[in-house]
Amino acid sequence: MTALINNLHHEGAREVCRAHNDRPDALLEILHETQKADGHLSDEALVTIADALNISRADIHGVVSFYHDYRREEPAQHQIQLCRAEACQAVGSEALAAHAEKKLDVATGEKTADNKIGLSAVYCLGNCALGPAAMIDGKLIGRMTPERLDVLIAKLMGAPS
Amino acid sequence: MADAIKIFVPCDAAALSVGADEVADAIFQEAQSRNIEIDIVRNGSRGMLWLEPLVEVQTSKGRVAYGPVAPGDVAELFEAKFHEGGKHTLGYGLTEQIPYFAKQERLTFARCGVIDPLDLKAYEAHGGLKGLGNALKMNRADIVAQVTESGLRGRGGAGFPTGIKWKTAAEQNADQKYICCNADEGDSGTFADRMLMEGDPFCLIEGMVIAALAVGASEGYIYLRSEYPHAASTLRKAIALWEEAGLSGRNEDGSPRFNLHLRMGAGAYICGEESSMLESLEGKRGQVKVKPPIPAISGLFGKPTIVNNVLTLAAVTDILTKGAAHYKNFGMGRSRGTQAFQLAGDIARGGLVEKAFGVTLDELVNGFGGGTHTGKSIRTVQAGGPLGAYIPVSGFDVAMDYETLAQSGAMLGHGGIVVFNDSVDMARQARFAMEFCEIESCGKCTPCRIGATRGKETLDKIIAGEDRVDNLQILDDLCDLMTDASLCAMGGLTPMPVQSAVKHFPEDFWRAKGVS
Repeated sequence: MTALINNLHHEGAREVCRAHNDRPDALLEILHETQKADGHLSDEALVTIADALNISRADIHGVVSFYHDYRREEPAQHQIQLCRAEACQAVGSEALAAHAEKKLDVATGEKTADNKIGLSAVYCLGNCALGPAAMIDGKLIGRMTPERLDVLIAKLMGAPS
Repeated sequence: MADAIKIFVPCDAAALSVGADEVADAIFQEAQSRNIEIDIVRNGSRGMLWLEPLVEVQTSKGRVAYGPVAPGDVAELFEAKFHEGGKHTLGYGLTEQIPYFAKQERLTFARCGVIDPLDLKAYEAHGGLKGLGNALKMNRADIVAQVTESGLRGRGGAGFPTGIKWKTAAEQNADQKYICCNADEGDSGTFADRMLMEGDPFCLIEGMVIAALAVGASEGYIYLRSEYPHAASTLRKAIALWEEAGLSGRNEDGSPRFNLHLRMGAGAYICGEESSMLESLEGKRGQVKVKPPIPAISGLFGKPTIVNNVLTLAAVTDILTKGAAHYKNFGMGRSRGTQAFQLAGDIARGGLVEKAFGVTLDELVNGFGGGTHTGKSIRTVQAGGPLGAYIPVSGFDVAMDYETLAQSGAMLGHGGIVVFNDSVDMARQARFAMEFCEIESCGKCTPCRIGATRGKETLDKIIAGEDRVDNLQILDDLCDLMTDASLCAMGGLTPMPVQSAVKHFPEDFWRAKGVS
């Protein structure tokens, strides 16, 4: 049964809520799992979750827009996150980020025109003694250099979609 | 036949970030092709991060260290008979005799890097579960008294006496109480929580169970930041193993008497603030709440709640194992026990140094750390995370304890020390402090939400050379206002890096336009 004003429904999100006993306090976990499955949080998913947890869509929008991890739009196929916090700044993260932006021809927070690579900033990956740190598709990499990044970008560009 | 040779290759995220998995694979392959029987143990990190991947070999004399090992070095290491402790240019001799390690006082991190983090037997063999065993023989008040007597203070940064917090929660009458571990280690330059959770997760869990016994809680949460996927995976497995072994006790239906959950954050720095973290645990926006009531009286879901940092809870395990007096013997003044200092940024020997309070900043940065990695000279360090002060080299004789640092206008925070070389532009760093606050402010109070934006704009004007005298005055007034009127430490301490940068490095705010 859909109690809200439209009939959007997302079966996957409904299942995730059920697995968490439809508990509203598990909202962050539910959003994480739904986003992991879909790559982003669709209107359908959010309406379904709001309905299942018996919270308002305003509440859920408030949560989704508060946390940096949640995405409302489809992400690029590959994610490059560069740490931009102080410990990495001290070893050249700003120059590295500028290099990445130039190489990919995107600004931080954007994705390439072919939707292959998204570039984003992250504030601390907990690898502060081996910076600059990066995370590429979930893999943590220390002592990143522009040269190494070029090699890794070339690999991602060449990877089958 | 002789026993298989034990070779240790860390599975800590920092070690993995420089190729530990590839090294472990290469060692496995090479040993197979040479028909040498080995047993690879994936341990946590010893904290000597500049040597990662640090490979250790068990010999009759002790564990021998080699690092940093690249997959390409492995064949050569076998040629040099490293698996028997043989000499090689990457060799450092006995791990525990490496000065960086030998000079430390490892209490909380005693097992980290020594054992396989998910091996309960090894945990027990290295002193684990003794603290819990002792706690089980005590009544609630005695456990709290041990923690109070130890002098332990919150390691998350605020330094509040842990025993007082526990006593308050223990005295509440409630049908439900919670133990919440704050593992939202967002400060740049800090990684000690992560290292402990990945290297000795049972130590944290044991501390949480002891806390539950002390205050009468039956539910616990670890709130872990999402940037730590490796720690999440280790913790999930550790909790399952712990509960399987029945170490949290069992209810009649077989469920654990202390029910521990792992919850992931979602990339919001502010959730390291305790009231914001509790909101987040309830599935809400991580907005800061006005105190009182304090969480120990009314916290998660309105129930009495202990919120402690990872290292605080892990220290409890050591305190209950060896007794309050042992812990209290370390440290100086009102800062008792040890602190996990984390050396980061441009540092030759970056890593974790657990030392009694009172060690000087110079001993840490130049003694342990060996100066910069780049070879340039040090200009400043930022101590205590993004909200901590920039300390010039002339202030390096400061003793690292809560009170001494506070007196000198700095703070200990979570123990992170980020080293900057002489190429740093302090006006840019001050601007970043404001920008970071702008990005991460929860938006609840005006001084932080608006102040950070105005602070960044004002610094932009100063950097551009616009009315510098007036704008520096405006910046100073704004900083005072944020310090005095913000609801929590985010807005309240953002001025600390800004004002310390202006105070110690005024020349950077007067550079000619366009020259950096």
